[in-house]
Amino acid sequence: MAEKIRITTPLTEEAARKLKAGDSVLISGIIYSARDAAHKRMVETLDRGEKLPVDLTNQIVYYLGPTPAKPGNPIGSAGPTTAGRMDAYAPRIIEQGLQGMIGKGSRAPEVVESMKKHGAVYFAAVGGAAALIAKSVKKYEVLAYADLGPEAIAALTVEDFPAIVVIDSEGNNFYEEGQKPYRRI
Amino acid sequence: MRSINVEEVTQAIAKLCINACYYLSEDVYEALVKAKETEESPLGRDVIDQIVQNADIARNEDRPICQDTGMTVIFMEIGQDVHFEGGNLEDAVNAGVAKGYTEGYLRKSVVAEPLFDRKNTTNNTPAVLHTYIVPGDKVKIKVAPKGFGSENKSGLKMLVPADGVEGVKKVVLDVVKHAGMNPCPPTVIGVGIGGTMEKSAILAKKALLRSIKVRNPHPEYAKLEQELLEMVNKTGIGPQLGGTTTALAVNVEWYPTHIAGLPVAVNINCHATRHAEIEL
Repeated sequence: MAEKIRITTPLTEEAARKLKAGDSVLISGIIYSARDAAHKRMVETLDRGEKLPVDLTNQIVYYLGPTPAKPGNPIGSAGPTTAGRMDAYAPRIIEQGLQGMIGKGSRAPEVVESMKKHGAVYFAAVGGAAALIAKSVKKYEVLAYADLGPEAIAALTVEDFPAIVVIDSEGNNFYEEGQKPYRRI
Repeated sequence: MRSINVEEVTQAIAKLCINACYYLSEDVYEALVKAKETEESPLGRDVIDQIVQNADIARNEDRPICQDTGMTVIFMEIGQDVHFEGGNLEDAVNAGVAKGYTEGYLRKSVVAEPLFDRKNTTNNTPAVLHTYIVPGDKVKIKVAPKGFGSENKSGLKMLVPADGVEGVKKVVLDVVKHAGMNPCPPTVIGVGIGGTMEKSAILAKKALLRSIKVRNPHPEYAKLEQELLEMVNKTGIGPQLGGTTTALAVNVEWYPTHIAGLPVAVNINCHATRHAEIEL
C-alpha cells in the first residue's frame, strides 16, 4: 500500500483540497462524533437561526455512536456508521465550515456537490473494525446533547486514526474506482 | 411437566447477549481467514486483515466486535411440557436483555416509538421475540443481536411462480447491489423463500443463525446457495473498497407456499453474524 498521509485537525480547506480519493490517512487531534439524532437537532438549531453547540469550522465529524467505555478505557468499540443516513443534513453542516466527514458507505449527489463547493472530503473507516479503531481514540468527552446517549456530540482525541479518502473535494469516488476491476456481472 | 423459573431465562439471555457481541463465531472467523488468502484485491485483503485483527482484539479483551450491538432478536423453542414459573416469560426475556446490555457495556440502540418521539429506552429493550412450541421439556434460546447498517439494506419481494429460480437470483442480486458497501461486507446473506410475506422474512432471519459451514440439506437449495454466493461475489463490491469477497456465505431456508406465490426475503448481515445459543 502507498504511504499514509498524516493529518492533524483542524483541517484547513487548503489541506482538504490536496487530498485525493484513494489516499490512506492517519488522523490526529480532535474529531467530533455526531450521528442521526444529533444531525437532526443541529439542523433544527440552524433553522431557528441559532448557532451550533460546537463550532465545526475546519473540523472533522465522525459518524459514530460508540458502545459505553468499560472502566479504565476512554471509549468502548467505536467504528463508523452508515454515512448515507446523514445525507439529508450534511450539506447544511458543510455550509457551516465542516471540512471532513468519516463514515462508511455511499453519499448522495447533493452531498458531493456541497463537498466540491466547500472543499470538504469524505473519509471511510473500515466498517465493523470497531474494537481495532477504538485503539486510536485516547479521550472521549461529551460536549452536547448528552440526553441522546450514544448519539451525543462528543470530542474525540485521536492518534493516528486510520481512514481512507473515498470522495475527495473534486467529487472523485474511490468506491467506484475500487470496484470496477472486480465487477463481472 | 418440567418447571423452569423465568429467572433462569433472564440469566441465560444476559450471558448470550454479551457472548454474541464479544466473540465472533468460529465459522465466520475461519471464513474470514480463508478469504484473506482468496480475495483478489490487495486493498480488500487489507480490509479483511483489519476485520480479523478486530475479532482477535474483541475476543482477547472482551469487547464488542462492533459498536452497533444491535436490536436483540431472540428465537425460543419451548418444549410443550415446560411450565414457566416465577413471572411473565416476555418480561423475563427483556430483563435478560437489559441486564446483558448494561453489564456488558453494550450500546443501547432501541427507541421506544419509531416515528415521532424516537426516545431511547436506555436498556436496549424490548427484544424482538419469536417463540415456537415444540415437543419435549427443553427450552432452546438463540440470541441474535442485529445491527442496522445491514438490516436497513435488506429487502423482500413477492414474486410469482413463473419468476422461478432466475427471479429469485435477480431479487438477491438487486438487494446486494443496492446495499453496496453499506452493510460492512464481507456479509453473510440470509434468504427466505416461500411461506407468506412475514414467513419469508422470518426464514431469512433464521437462515442467518445457521453455521455458514453447513449447506441446506436439500441438494437443489444447496446448489442454489453456492450459485448465489458466486453471483454476489462478481458484483465487485468486495470487502468495502472493492474486490471479490462481497459475501462469505449465502444461507437459504424455504417453506411450503401458496399455489399463486413465491415470496423471497433477503436479510443481509455484516461479517459480525452474531448469534449465541443455549438449551435449558
